[in-house]
Amino acid sequence: MTAEPVGARSRTGYDAETLAALTADAEKIVARYPDPRSGLLPMLHLVQSVDGYVSRDGILFCAEQLELTAAEVSAVATFYTQYKRHPNGTYTVGVCTNTLCAVMGGDAIFDRLSEHLDVGHDETTEDGSITLERVECNAACDYAPVMMVNWEFFDNQTPESATQIADRLRAGEEVAPTRGAASVCSFKQTSRVLAGFTDGRADEGVAAGGPTLEGLRIAREQGWVAPGPQRAAEGEEPAEVPPETGTAQSSAERKPTTAQDEKPGAPDASEPGKGTEASDD
Amino acid sequence: MTDTLTPVLTDTWDAERSWTLESYLAHGGYEGLRAALAQDPADVVQAVKDSGLRGRGGAGFPTGMKWGFLPAPDGGPRYLVVNADESEPGTCKDIPLMLASPQHLIEGVAITSYAIGCHHAFIYVRGEVLHVYRRLLAAVAEAYDAGYLGTDIQGSGFDLEVTVHAGAGAYICGEETALLDSLEGKRGQPRLKPPFPAVAGLYARPTVVNNVESIASVPGIMAKGADWFASMGTEKSQGHGLFSLSGHVTRPGQFEAPLGITLRELLDLAGGVREGHELKFWTPGGSSTPIFTAEHLDVPLDYESVGAAGSMLGTRALQVFDETTCVVRAVSRWTDFYAHESCGKCTPCREGTYWLKQVLHRIEAGEGTGPDIDLLLDLCDNILGRAFCALGDGATSPITSSIQYFREEYEAHLDGRGCPFDPARSTLFDDTPQAPPALAGAGGHR
Repeated sequence: MTAEPVGARSRTGYDAETLAALTADAEKIVARYPDPRSGLLPMLHLVQSVDGYVSRDGILFCAEQLELTAAEVSAVATFYTQYKRHPNGTYTVGVCTNTLCAVMGGDAIFDRLSEHLDVGHDETTEDGSITLERVECNAACDYAPVMMVNWEFFDNQTPESATQIADRLRAGEEVAPTRGAASVCSFKQTSRVLAGFTDGRADEGVAAGGPTLEGLRIAREQGWVAPGPQRAAEGEEPAEVPPETGTAQSSAERKPTTAQDEKPGAPDASEPGKGTEASDD
Repeated sequence: MTDTLTPVLTDTWDAERSWTLESYLAHGGYEGLRAALAQDPADVVQAVKDSGLRGRGGAGFPTGMKWGFLPAPDGGPRYLVVNADESEPGTCKDIPLMLASPQHLIEGVAITSYAIGCHHAFIYVRGEVLHVYRRLLAAVAEAYDAGYLGTDIQGSGFDLEVTVHAGAGAYICGEETALLDSLEGKRGQPRLKPPFPAVAGLYARPTVVNNVESIASVPGIMAKGADWFASMGTEKSQGHGLFSLSGHVTRPGQFEAPLGITLRELLDLAGGVREGHELKFWTPGGSSTPIFTAEHLDVPLDYESVGAAGSMLGTRALQVFDETTCVVRAVSRWTDFYAHESCGKCTPCREGTYWLKQVLHRIEAGEGTGPDIDLLLDLCDNILGRAFCALGDGATSPITSSIQYFREEYEAHLDGRGCPFDPARSTLFDDTPQAPPALAGAGGHR
């Protein structure tokens, strides 16, 4: 960050007031990280919160703030699906069409919505209210089929419920997600939160839906609990000291079941990056 | 002997305003941090090693050992980065955990940071879960206010800053080195390993990257003891884990149980496969783990047993599909996903997933011919083990395993015959077609 105000020589087309507000926010973002460049992803969310997409001005702004070239910023912005390359609707309506949701009804929901709104994937309705998207797995598979509106959860949807929600959004009504804030906010407001500027709505909504609590419900019903603490009582040996060989908790009495048991630390499929999915720790 | 289900992480989720610090403290929260701060950091690492905790994000690498790989302190910064980019298809455990009880994760972050000598930790959460991000931001703010984060935590002299960072939509960022590049403000593409993050991670400094559930399991180990944790589970797969049942199940959801429980036991709890239908195939740990069938119902869901049966425990994402589901359609859609999410860095994955998608689409559309099935296997053979990171390997798993178990179903699609299944029959809400057949299915399915 140079001492000279960016506005004095900014190549962006933002007016002075917008630029000043953006610059103040950008400084707060950069302050969260040891290296300013780590602020680029939140800063791209920030410019979306002003422009409704990652505009040319937005790219130039990020580049100026972080002393990068516009090409370097564009390379990042085009890598991630949440950064929109043309003006987004007030609401992103995303239907999960990854395998499980698609099979459970996501395909039918998407097709019905697409027909109803007369738009395809990543297209926006003429009134600018809704951008329809196919989205990938959003980590709510126990609520399939799932729809996201501005990245809030709408669980267990049907083609009918999804079109009703779309109609209410277009009519400007307040619409509440199944698990989320009391009402869905706009795409720009969503983007501002994702830039790390809270809107104070964390206490709205539920802690969990039914499926999240299903195992716990059964455990309560059956009286099942995790074992009691085995931490040593005061004055005794702390529990993290390995048990004596031959006692109940000693690994020495375990029978080897894999090659690794014989040779601890031997590489196997569980080594990071070796033969498992991308989420690899 | 422990009970069938063992609520530990889930135990507070039904409490009033369970996401707040007040609720968490009322249920024994931060006891683990108190216990940890009274010990030498090295003893905390040892306790986690003794507990047998293995990474809950998919690969199952021993968590304490991962911490132990950090080089000796050199006076420079060391980082903890929590992988909260839960995106593996079928995986839906970390997101509800952070929505219902974010303090559980924050406490784990504080303990882990203390153990490894980290003073600035990061939680990288995927950007597509707005309310989870709100809850995490609020939880961190509450923890600062109460002195569980910040300077001189609980009078211990230990300082810790925590930054919650939202991603922007990219499955590959669940791969730990891609996540680090993304957190540095770059395109999320994996790095060559070695050096592993323990040696050169975030900003090329020693870094531990752990999954949300792994870190959230640490407070319990500190509060109740390593032996307590190890008393659950099997001989080599110890402790509790979240099992996520989804799909054609009567009552899907999260089931927290000792590792080693079977799908048969879990299905019994969940009311079985939906009424009038039977199990056809399932994933033990997300779409990147080879599929199983009804013959695997009694495989203990621990790292070793699932591995011995030809798949991987992964993230315990049990996606259940009944006999109405076309396996070719399911696999084709997963392949669309891998092709879409391939970061483009390496040729086997970038080109391979593209061609897998083309071949599967034509098989699905009835335009495939005899050699196409072997062509798929050949393509997989050229990706597996040759891709830069595990995404490419994962892309081959559903294909090779489904051909192994359902080759005849692939063959039934060939030579103009097309898909013999009615997609409307597998939907949750109706058994009658919702759309003309030509429109049903987004992946060219007819």
